[in-house]
Amino acid sequence: MRSVSIIGIGLTKMGEHWHLSIKDLIAQAGSMAIEDSGIERKQIEAVYAGCMASGRLVGQEHIGAMTADVLGLNPVPATRLEAACASGGVALRNAYMAIASGMYDIVSVNGVEKMTEVSGEDASFALGGAGDQETELFMGATFPALYALMARAHMEEFGTTEEQMAAVSVKNHKNAVHNEYAQFRNEITIEQVMNSGYVASPLKLLDCSPITDGAAAVILCATDVAKKMKLDGKAVEIIASAQASDTLALAHRKNLWETRAAKIAAEDAYRQAGLKPKDISFAELHDCFSVAEIMAIEALGFCKQGEGGKFTEQGNTQIGGTIPTNTSGGLKAFGHAIGSSGVKQAIESYWQLNNMAGKRQVKGAEIGLTHNVGGSGATAVVHLFRKV
Amino acid sequence: MVQGSLPLHWRKYPERYRLEGNINEQTGEEFFPARVVDPSAGRGGKLSAKEMPREGKILSWTEVFVGPTGFENEAPYFLAIVELTNKVKILTQIVDSDRAKIKTGAKVKKVFRKISDIDAEGAIAYGYKFKVVG
Repeated sequence: MRSVSIIGIGLTKMGEHWHLSIKDLIAQAGSMAIEDSGIERKQIEAVYAGCMASGRLVGQEHIGAMTADVLGLNPVPATRLEAACASGGVALRNAYMAIASGMYDIVSVNGVEKMTEVSGEDASFALGGAGDQETELFMGATFPALYALMARAHMEEFGTTEEQMAAVSVKNHKNAVHNEYAQFRNEITIEQVMNSGYVASPLKLLDCSPITDGAAAVILCATDVAKKMKLDGKAVEIIASAQASDTLALAHRKNLWETRAAKIAAEDAYRQAGLKPKDISFAELHDCFSVAEIMAIEALGFCKQGEGGKFTEQGNTQIGGTIPTNTSGGLKAFGHAIGSSGVKQAIESYWQLNNMAGKRQVKGAEIGLTHNVGGSGATAVVHLFRKV
Repeated sequence: MVQGSLPLHWRKYPERYRLEGNINEQTGEEFFPARVVDPSAGRGGKLSAKEMPREGKILSWTEVFVGPTGFENEAPYFLAIVELTNKVKILTQIVDSDRAKIKTGAKVKKVFRKISDIDAEGAIAYGYKFKVVG
């Protein structure tokens, strides 16, 4: 397999973009990535787009062709990938494989979601499709409800507290203050999280990632081709790409307090790169809910199973800690425009590894990890990155 | 709206009205909802319809304050993962129960209830919910 690198990035600010359509969002992010990479449009051989629920959220399908069209990239092959909230990570992985296999040299990877066109209830219904429609959404189970069931199981099995979960949101908001593309750039306190209303007990409003409009894009290039074209100045190599699956319905999992697919994908990623959890400099995690970040640091081996709450409370995941997580602000504060999230995690890795993260820079960052999860854990994608 | 489809209602009557799943006669493993392929045995063993037990215990629970489309007027309501007495796990609403008694380990039994009437002109969806016993 050939080495593959990110040679350019682009994104919109995450938030409520009343004046921008799904086409506008992806056109802005995708064009920015092309310009950042220094390549010509005609050099792009294929387009990949991650998007979860555009049919329900804006009535638009065929996002692959739409992306190629608005970016002026016709007639190259253009493909949409959908894996619920892991759509962006799966798009990145499939684009990576297309170059690693030798099929293409340069491809455009995009992720997008336009979520504010519908009511909160309709957005909940659309996102509910990431679980088991017939046994979960049918019974009134929203995504906060599914993660709440996991959170309570984690609390009762390991003694994790609501305050420890709140510490995840507090940290991620603090990091987002220094991210100009973030949806929420305000600090919050443990008390504010604890006093925010329950969405699905024990999860409160400030434990939950927001509804977001946004897009993110990267240009991937075979590393040797990038070097030959002298476009490798800021290149960041993808040194591992792993993915695993689990049962669609939460009830069918062995344990409610773990994300097994993430554990398996992480083990595969570490094996591919010949690295261990202690070698990772920083990690962008899928904190769709605060408890999800706690389960993630356990699945990725940064702490022991069951100790994620305490590990977070002790400050280990803060910038300056043993393993800084979600330096971008994560899904909680950077924003969670579903299809874009797996791509924008890679963008934070690009910024960190190029020493471009400003006040949230992790000093001496060498290896970055991203962890993108679909549904209540039925898809997990883990990537590792290193500066070329 | 997909949930208002009449064939969907008919198709789901055995599962939603009487907790019918299936069993692999060779291995004895039981499934709910019924599976076409046994994830452990693949095509091995004959899968036959089997009603699940109507009692179990709560493994985890939540009180939902913001529901999806079709449940706007139901909130707040309780959801739980229940382990039936045959070890099969299902997600269900918990109803008709003293809220202080809704906790992990509580014994529950199946009741028959309206689930939703998402489409004003469509069929009303009925099915299983559970209540705490004792």
